[in-house]
Amino acid sequence: MGDMAIIIETLIKATIVLAVTAGMGAFATWIERKVLAFMQRRLGPMHVGPYGVLQLAADGIKLFTKEDIIPQNVVKPIFMIAPVVAATTAFVAMAAIPFFPEFTVFGYTIHPIVSDINVAVLYVMGVASVGVYGPLLAGMSSANKWSLLGAARAVVQMLSFEVVSGLSILAPIMMIGSLSLIDINDYQIGGISDWLIWKQPLAFLLFAMAGFMETNRSPFDTIEFEAEVVSGYATEYSGMRWGLFFVGEYANMITVSVLVSIIFMGGYNSLWFIPGALMMLLKVSFWIFLFLWVRAAWPHIRPDQLMWVCWKVLMPLAVVNILITGFVLI
Amino acid sequence: MYEVIAFYVFAALTIGMFSIVVMSKNALYAMSALAGGMIFISGFFFILDADFLGVVQITVYSGAIMALYAFGMMFFDTTRDVSEKMRSKKIAYTLSIASAVLLVVIFCAPFFSQKIEALYPVIENVGNVQMIGLVLFTKYLVPFELAAIMLLVAMIAGIVLASKKMDGEWEAIEDLEDAKEGR
Repeated sequence: MGDMAIIIETLIKATIVLAVTAGMGAFATWIERKVLAFMQRRLGPMHVGPYGVLQLAADGIKLFTKEDIIPQNVVKPIFMIAPVVAATTAFVAMAAIPFFPEFTVFGYTIHPIVSDINVAVLYVMGVASVGVYGPLLAGMSSANKWSLLGAARAVVQMLSFEVVSGLSILAPIMMIGSLSLIDINDYQIGGISDWLIWKQPLAFLLFAMAGFMETNRSPFDTIEFEAEVVSGYATEYSGMRWGLFFVGEYANMITVSVLVSIIFMGGYNSLWFIPGALMMLLKVSFWIFLFLWVRAAWPHIRPDQLMWVCWKVLMPLAVVNILITGFVLI
Repeated sequence: MYEVIAFYVFAALTIGMFSIVVMSKNALYAMSALAGGMIFISGFFFILDADFLGVVQITVYSGAIMALYAFGMMFFDTTRDVSEKMRSKKIAYTLSIASAVLLVVIFCAPFFSQKIEALYPVIENVGNVQMIGLVLFTKYLVPFELAAIMLLVAMIAGIVLASKKMDGEWEAIEDLEDAKEGR
């Protein structure tokens, strides 16, 4: 009976996480267009519904009802499965993330985390990096030069940012002594002055940059940059298969936002009079806004510049940071 | 009960994936199946409560196979089949007999497993990461350090190889610029 209860609980949690993040991701596309329009002194979507909110529904209907085109010379099974890989890995990564503090409903305590494994940080980062397989497989199976270039850039980018994100996260983990996101959250329980961002500013900066690379956001959106490689890996895709890449990208953005909020910015601890759950939502919203802000503010960089900055600037900085943290801890 | 179901599902998936790796003539199928198989293997670690090893399996192999894709991209047209040349049939026969013997040994292993004693038995209430750390820094310290030195050597070799090439490219670019300016 106990087993059954756990399975049902997990299923419900997984469904909620999937539905809410997919919904939030869809909503984020509208937010993105609105914020970018505001920053560029345009109006953005205005015609469908109040302030263009229903543009979302219109786009959804368009994506779902569009013809599913599979070009002639592609490697069919791989071409078809690549968007699914991109979307599923983004959602699977969320399994180990605690989104909110635990709460009680009808005398039943609920932990808002699908599976509480004690190596959550590694798990989330590992699975999120598997997500790069989506663009890679799409590009390699498309039988299109632009797609292949996009795939090659995906490999290069992945091998570069993996090192930076892994090394930068090591310093905070050394201080806390645990890989569990719940322990990391509890370490910063005493208000703003306890946030790890003050103790590990460099690691925070490096991890945030690696997060931008991982989600292919500008200024590191080399693998689908229109001016250089048409649409990169997604050139041959249309309809819902293309939509799945999009959903995956926004889900990844949410994952990275949550991860940064938990590791460096106090997680879901309550602050003054603001409850923990609201704190978390505020931080994640801020990070999503930051993603859009950076996209509007900064030009995009070339792949060789990206590799240069990863291997020659960020990686040595991360290693020095680990060394200093080690000396201080001893 | 659930563990048994999970084991059989992951076992079937892993075997299926790796047989695609061996049988397929398309480099893209083979590499994708390899990546999938490696990720399904991590399922076994999760069933055994070895979370850390499971996650390491995913992280390490996804990166390693990514490098393999890069090579595949350079050497093959991945959308076409690769025609394989089999030089000698002797090697194929020897390998298949060897793998058959290996299979028999693996299936016989459970008969002897009752006599096996764990050198470092599982300690209650100690996390997976801590236990691996303990074994790594006591019993297996020397191999661990040797592996670290080997990686360092490989890294330095890589840097030397790449930096020579980089100097060359830099000179080529400078020559080009000189030529443009008519020097």
